[in-house]
Amino acid sequence: MDLCQLTALELAEKLKSGQVTQADAIAAAQARIAAAQPENNAFVTVADEVSPTAGLSASPLAGVPMAYKDNICTKGVKTSCASKILGDFKPPYDATIVERLRAAGAVSLGKLNMDEFAMGSTSETSFYGPVKNPWDLSRVPGGSSGGAAAAVAAGEVWYAIGSDTGGSIRQPAAYCGVTGMKPTYGTVSRYGLIAYASSLDQMGPIARSAADCAAVLDLIQGRDPRDGTSLDAPAGGLLAGLTGDIRGRRVGIPADCFGDGLDGEVRRAVLAAADVLRARGAVVEEFPLPVIRYAVPAYYIIACAEASSNLSRFDGVKYGWRAEHYEDLTELYTKTRTEGFGSEVKRRILLGTFVLSTGYYDAYYKKALQVKAVIKSAFDEAFQKYDLLLTPVAPTTAPKLGESLSDPLQMYLSDIYTVSVNLAGLPGISVPCGFDAKGMPIGAQLIGPALGDGVVLNAAHAFQLETDYHKKAPAEKGGGRA
Amino acid sequence: MTWETVIGLETHVELATKTKIFCSCTTEFGGAPNTHCCPVCTGMPGTLPVLNKRVLEFAVKAGLALNCSITRRCKFDRKNYFYPDLPKAYQISQLYLPICRDGAVPIRTEAGVEKTIRIHELHMEEDAGKLVHDPWIDQTRADYNRCGVPLIEIVTEPDFRCADEVIAYLEKLRSTLQYLGVSDCKMQEGSLRCDVNLSVRPAGSTEFGTRTEMKNLNSFKAIARAIQYEARRQIELIEEGKRVIQETRRWDENKDATFAMRSKENAQDYRYFPEPDIPPLEISQEELDRYRAEQPEMAEAKMARYQTDYGLPAYDTQMITAQKALADFFEAAVALDSDPKQASNWIMGQVMGQLSARGMEAKDMAFSPASLARLIALVKDGRLNRNTAVKVFEAVFETDGDVDAYVREHSLEQVSDAGLVQKAVEEVFAANPKSVADYQAGKQKAFGFLVGQTMARLKGRASPQVVNETIKALLEQL
Repeated sequence: MDLCQLTALELAEKLKSGQVTQADAIAAAQARIAAAQPENNAFVTVADEVSPTAGLSASPLAGVPMAYKDNICTKGVKTSCASKILGDFKPPYDATIVERLRAAGAVSLGKLNMDEFAMGSTSETSFYGPVKNPWDLSRVPGGSSGGAAAAVAAGEVWYAIGSDTGGSIRQPAAYCGVTGMKPTYGTVSRYGLIAYASSLDQMGPIARSAADCAAVLDLIQGRDPRDGTSLDAPAGGLLAGLTGDIRGRRVGIPADCFGDGLDGEVRRAVLAAADVLRARGAVVEEFPLPVIRYAVPAYYIIACAEASSNLSRFDGVKYGWRAEHYEDLTELYTKTRTEGFGSEVKRRILLGTFVLSTGYYDAYYKKALQVKAVIKSAFDEAFQKYDLLLTPVAPTTAPKLGESLSDPLQMYLSDIYTVSVNLAGLPGISVPCGFDAKGMPIGAQLIGPALGDGVVLNAAHAFQLETDYHKKAPAEKGGGRA
Repeated sequence: MTWETVIGLETHVELATKTKIFCSCTTEFGGAPNTHCCPVCTGMPGTLPVLNKRVLEFAVKAGLALNCSITRRCKFDRKNYFYPDLPKAYQISQLYLPICRDGAVPIRTEAGVEKTIRIHELHMEEDAGKLVHDPWIDQTRADYNRCGVPLIEIVTEPDFRCADEVIAYLEKLRSTLQYLGVSDCKMQEGSLRCDVNLSVRPAGSTEFGTRTEMKNLNSFKAIARAIQYEARRQIELIEEGKRVIQETRRWDENKDATFAMRSKENAQDYRYFPEPDIPPLEISQEELDRYRAEQPEMAEAKMARYQTDYGLPAYDTQMITAQKALADFFEAAVALDSDPKQASNWIMGQVMGQLSARGMEAKDMAFSPASLARLIALVKDGRLNRNTAVKVFEAVFETDGDVDAYVREHSLEQVSDAGLVQKAVEEVFAANPKSVADYQAGKQKAFGFLVGQTMARLKGRASPQVVNETIKALLEQL
């Protein structure tokens, strides 16, 4: 039995029944990491010593090894955001999500690689080198949670926690053939997530099934007094709610998500997914959602504006990297930031600084906020008619390494299907729904209304009861889950 | 030409909450550097601010007392700038929707001029840390203890025309905030800081001149002197045909002058935008009603009440209500059955004398209303004479020592035993036959000498009235 092929819930079951010991599971994962890391570079930090959780609690994932994206604060463990500027920063505190998962018996194997400060769609902008896609090591795993998606796809961990500001969980999950969920904004505490764009950031699971994602979300959702934006909404019960029954569910397909720019193979696979849902009793129909075309510019203005402020604290004064030679305070700042940030981060800081500047605020930032409101109300309107929306996750499957960064505008435009979900604060999941001719995975996205996380997960679960795309594993070196 | 000075104030007031605005660290002043801080107030990556509800309450209460309208749905914004005392590189403040707007503060200057100062806005924000330069090692170090201490910034319209009005406003503001209990307003600890915007224009003009902003004003005296200096400087510039530059100027206490700090013409762009980590705040009607109901009696109302209820002179009531702590002290002493006028005399004389000699504020004094009430009662009952009571007061003031114990231990109780007094007088007569003879020969002066001798023999503990009467009686019997 290859433990690394199991889902997180399956492994937890075997741990509980005593069929498998925690030591076996940890050893299997560590062996897989040792083999895969030199190939796919999914980790920034691999934990030296891993101690099993003391006593397997009633928690459904107790004892299951996992890992965190490297923008999630872990007490005493380097947290770098894959940036030079954070140096060897070791936070003196755990993120709320880390506390909660540890209390539920999670065993962390390390910190996962990513695009620097979660800015990117390819996981190539990391100071610690690019992550590679386990399905084809010449291709990107997507981003920014590329390390998380690659590690789960390659069987290195049973699940991972990523963060999603404009698609950073869902898009790499699609590129790597795994399941990734961005929950409703405010349902998972952001305390301890190093902010990219505070009003859009949300952490969530990347795993091998919708059921695994539901189990993780049951553990991490819920009000946190340390996060003023965390919602006072009921949490838990998602796993228990996975009936797979979607009879009568109304699924809307936004026609504007299937127009120009969408790869033919992706289109066919996503529309085929609609047929699967229909076959299980859902009512599927097309409808127009034209505002989606404004989502990418609005997203980049808001995200970059917030990022320009959030990243100002990295100035060389308090922690992380500091330039070695400087004459005065201004030079300390400019040299530290010039040397410490990569070019994509600098591009976004400059964009964000520009749109907030006096004289441009109204024309850009304020207008973007208005667009955000319009998009949100368009989704609200759609959810008057539909329980769920079905869209592609990305216009294509994973591109080759090095293809995207040369044309950042094109890269930004590829976020078209995911960013509007963040702007509207909605839950969205990416489920594997096929492969292209080159054998690369394709993802379909299910979107629900705010706090409709359970509806989204149940539909994804229903889909996975009918299909086995999520069970496929890459055969490559650095992958090799099959 | 006659010139008119136009002044507007921006006053920062530290709120007297126990904990900081966005975390649970103490707001206590002082402390070893970087001991009153945590990952949140030092802006460590991943941390988030959570608003201390008390700050909102205090800001609303201050706004209500300054006759402002309250913004029922307000928001925080970020003010972005780089400086090592600001660890997040942005200050969480309010620009677009401040909590309070459009207030009005009636003032009365020392010369008796009455006018109303309009409040443009009052907003909440966090304080920054402090940079400490060590010249010995030529290094600057950051102390983040003050980071996240809650502030309100109160911005007036340019309604002041002279330093007297500014001081009257600041005194009124300080009294109001102290009475509300929202701030201790200690300028020397920086819990009340004032920036002065000043311009001059020909008298009668309706256009504003170019203004400068003055900082580093650490006392009311400094504010008054800086205003006089800066107005004169601007007038001289214009009269010489030069122009005033819009800039920030620093008041130098030692040089008695202002110096340019930075020009506003190449001012930095703070790139304000709504703070995404704090949801908009809603103030319910119930909260607003409660805050309104909790508004305390302010200085003017107390002054009027002391005059009608206790028959105190206006001067007394003004002195006592100038500091809330004194008014509280007075009321507590009166509640312990002290005669109001006696209590007032003691407070204005002895208590304020001790405070000023020690450079202390009333709120920091240990001496209790109960001790004062006891002293007043002992004098009233004839057990202490007033002069001895003052000595006891001086002895127990610092630590609020036990009045009765002190009187007992030092045997200070007034000699009211008529026999003892008579014995002393007889001894004095026997020792001073010449003075007795002088008095009988009509020299009134000799009477005073005999009183003094008797008091000395009784170590000052006798009632002067009893001594007088006894001497008179015995002289008549001679």
